[in-house]
Amino acid sequence: MEGLPILSLMMLVPLAGAAACLFSGAAAARWIALAATLVTFVLGVLLWSDYQIGGLQWQFTEKADLFAGFSYALGIDGISLMLIMLSVFLMPVCILASWESVQKRVGEYMAAFLFMEVLMIGTFAAQDLFLFYVFFEAGLIPMYLIIGVWGGDNRIYASYKFFLYTLFGSVLMLIAMFWMVAEAGTSDIPTLMQYSFPPEAQTWLWLAFFASFAVKVPMWPLHTWLPDAHVQAPTAGSVILAGVLLKLGGYGFIRFSLPMFPEASAQFAWLVFTLSMIAVVYTSLVALVQADMKKLIAYSSVAHMAIVTVGLFAFNVQGLEGAMIVMLSHGLVSGALFLCVGLIYDRLHTREIARYGGLAINMPYYALFFLLFTMASIGLPGTSGFVGEFLSLAGIYQTSSLVALICTTGIILGAAYMLYLYRRVAFGGQVNEDAAAMRDISAREWVMMAPIAAAVLWMGVYPESFLAPMRADIAVLDARLAAAAPASDARLAPGAPRSEAANAMPEHSSAREGAH
Amino acid sequence: MEFAASFALVMPELVLIGAGLALLLVAAWGGDKAARPIAITAAAALFAAGFLLVPGLHTGGTGPSTLAFGGLFKIDSYALFAKALIYLAAIGALMIAPAFFAGPAAGAERGMRAEYPVLILFAAVGMSIMVSANDFMSLYLGLELNSLSAYVLAAILRRDARSGEAGLKYFVLGALASGILLYGMSLLYGFTGGTAFTAVRAGLTGEMGTGALFGVIFVLSGLAFKISAVPFHMWTPDVYEGAPTPVTAFFATAPKVAAVALTARVVFEVFGAQVAAWQQIVMFMALASIIFGALVAIGQENLKRLLAYSSINNVGFILLGLAVANVDGASAMLVYLFIYVAMSLGSFVALLMLRGEDGCLFETFADIRGLSVTQPAIAWALLLFMFSLAGVPPLLGFYSKFVVFQATIEADLVVFGAIAIAASVIGAFYYIKFVKVMFFDEPAGVITGKSGAAHWALLGITALIVSPLGYLLTPSLTDLADKAAASLFLTV
Repeated sequence: MEGLPILSLMMLVPLAGAAACLFSGAAAARWIALAATLVTFVLGVLLWSDYQIGGLQWQFTEKADLFAGFSYALGIDGISLMLIMLSVFLMPVCILASWESVQKRVGEYMAAFLFMEVLMIGTFAAQDLFLFYVFFEAGLIPMYLIIGVWGGDNRIYASYKFFLYTLFGSVLMLIAMFWMVAEAGTSDIPTLMQYSFPPEAQTWLWLAFFASFAVKVPMWPLHTWLPDAHVQAPTAGSVILAGVLLKLGGYGFIRFSLPMFPEASAQFAWLVFTLSMIAVVYTSLVALVQADMKKLIAYSSVAHMAIVTVGLFAFNVQGLEGAMIVMLSHGLVSGALFLCVGLIYDRLHTREIARYGGLAINMPYYALFFLLFTMASIGLPGTSGFVGEFLSLAGIYQTSSLVALICTTGIILGAAYMLYLYRRVAFGGQVNEDAAAMRDISAREWVMMAPIAAAVLWMGVYPESFLAPMRADIAVLDARLAAAAPASDARLAPGAPRSEAANAMPEHSSAREGAH
Repeated sequence: MEFAASFALVMPELVLIGAGLALLLVAAWGGDKAARPIAITAAAALFAAGFLLVPGLHTGGTGPSTLAFGGLFKIDSYALFAKALIYLAAIGALMIAPAFFAGPAAGAERGMRAEYPVLILFAAVGMSIMVSANDFMSLYLGLELNSLSAYVLAAILRRDARSGEAGLKYFVLGALASGILLYGMSLLYGFTGGTAFTAVRAGLTGEMGTGALFGVIFVLSGLAFKISAVPFHMWTPDVYEGAPTPVTAFFATAPKVAAVALTARVVFEVFGAQVAAWQQIVMFMALASIIFGALVAIGQENLKRLLAYSSINNVGFILLGLAVANVDGASAMLVYLFIYVAMSLGSFVALLMLRGEDGCLFETFADIRGLSVTQPAIAWALLLFMFSLAGVPPLLGFYSKFVVFQATIEADLVVFGAIAIAASVIGAFYYIKFVKVMFFDEPAGVITGKSGAAHWALLGITALIVSPLGYLLTPSLTDLADKAAASLFLTV
């Protein structure tokens, strides 16, 4: 595999597919898109199998000075690898999910999705600061079109909100990037990750990056675009938004904010904790009262991503690893939950929870999948959700027990709103006749759901497969953060070491103790 | 001998003047029937003049060998870069005109008038003189030659009330601006004792008196009129809306390049020793143009008017590069100009290609609803231009903002840059409205996109430049702009 520019190839295949889709009819475009995403997925599997765990930190590097001002530099570490795998895994599923539900302008729709895939891979693989920005921002165009053209009734408002919110966050980051490159003299990300910016400058740079990533994640109170965008987007659009685009924010924190500005990250950890704690409690409560299924899952996304942010800012290995696993798990689980909603939406054309009920009777397989993903979202042991949330919360507990306490309530609240949703949709009597007449999932839908279910269980039972590639990179990051890590609130005060073991028997030195 | 060298330096202008005079005679005797061959010859002359620039562009002329006619003109690589851009834009304006004037949009008098290409040629000569002026006298000559041609161009549809109104407004306000500029020049002459740029510069070193300061401000105000920067922008929307669309496309590109290039030369070469005096003025104009251009554009329904405000907004970003007041800023400004010309020319061509059943041009948002269904090719091209104007990567419009902001931040004007970039988000609002109307709304009616090969070719070329493939141009573009900007600072 030496010398094969596999990352560029992974971007070229969907790009060529997108161009082909744009000029072909509906049926052909579907098959082209599916083929292109599957080929990319196969390339992704190759990438993973060729990735050497414990090898160089940056592998599969490519570099070409194509542009003035920045270079075309790609390369991945374990963190990028996992997120790229998530993207290429979800993509064929998205295409399948849109197979029948999208009937208008299919060619352009598929082209937008394939273009989106190019940009996502590019974002995770970019090793040049400005190249990263180009990929990061360019995602706005296809997503704006996907929401606006193929979305629900209120799509115009949602697409504007999505576009302007995210654009505003990002331009401030661009200013900070210019400053950093002028200061450090390079736009190479690995070099910048080791560069020490002056602490007072770090404050401003951190805030500028935060503006962008906090909108993407999204963190309370910048999350309001998310329920709108999710609800109005077509099913596959929601899957990509929740599955991958939200991860761009988390990826931004772990790749930029933490390693490049460790001191400022420690300084602002309280801010992240506060916002995350509010997000966990508030959005979970909001999710509890939603009547719209997609909105409910959208709010639950905000709560889960808050667990990611506290894990990231715990400044220890458990927290970072947990945050990464939550991101991967949430990508799968929330994507799958949106698919579950989309599946019944395709049949009944409503997302209102009250219009369903008793689906377990007429759609047993559907109910089974829905249950699995519900449980994974709650964090049941054996599913991916448990591993991530447990590690994250264990990590944060070492830093702040208060934050851990409040964020753990998210698990309880999560169980509340998810089980409540499940009860109303799948259990109970068949109150609505049309809902009772729905057929169970088709072969195409089986093909969509089964791989995600398998991945969720795999990550839940044997997370080592996913942790191993990232371990070395997280260790490097942890070492970089060690100096700046905030003090733990546990205040473990070491006493004077005892001179003898705790269970040592006193010596029989005196005669009067001898007899009993 | 010295004269011969001067003539050799102004060869492109001589070609254009010769062609212009000859074509004027053809127009006088041949009448409007000869309009088409005249237009083709004029485009050929512009192309030839542009071709003459190529050797100089690559070798990058600087130093005393670039002075012509005793220092009245300076044909350095900066002037060459601007001229190349002006000629290209003028060729574009010639290419798109015949189809427009042949259609019913031209009103009662069908067919292109023979004067149109001639006037474009003379305007191009005037702009050439502007960008290579090295003396306030030659500056003014060039400016007026350009402006007078432009006034007539705006009013070229004689029986159309809006076109006449546009021409008149342009003339009255343009004359006012010229007056202000002349007054400033006379003040500078009075306080420094010369009209040559070098003489004025020498007179402006050290502490500047109030009179000279007034001179600087008046000259800058006059120039701000010409580049339509806020607060001297008010003629722009009316003129852009009223003038025939090909003329509007011309106004939005070539004269803008010339006026911006001229302004940059004046502030760097004449006021170079008094950076503090003009920098804050330019900074204010830049921010005001960006914010005002963006805010007012939001409410517009007329597409040409909207593009007029968009051009005001873009001028703000161009001035941002100027306000940085160093080589990087000037180079960024030139890169921005190039990309801006491609984007605006492309958007105007796309507008020209949209006609209703009766053949009339579309002018409002309501007309282009659902364009992506009826005319997908034009809609996708417009999508590229609009996202590009909004500065969204990976389109080339992002690169133009990229270089300008990079220069701003590297010069430590962080707050200034941050305000400007935040304001650019406001601009994005109305650019994506284009996309919303074309792609999200239901089709409004029949749109015939039957256009000539010239339109399609120009649309294709500009769309290619704006698309991500345009980034492959950036290394050579940056190289040329760097050379041009360096020659501007040689005197400093």
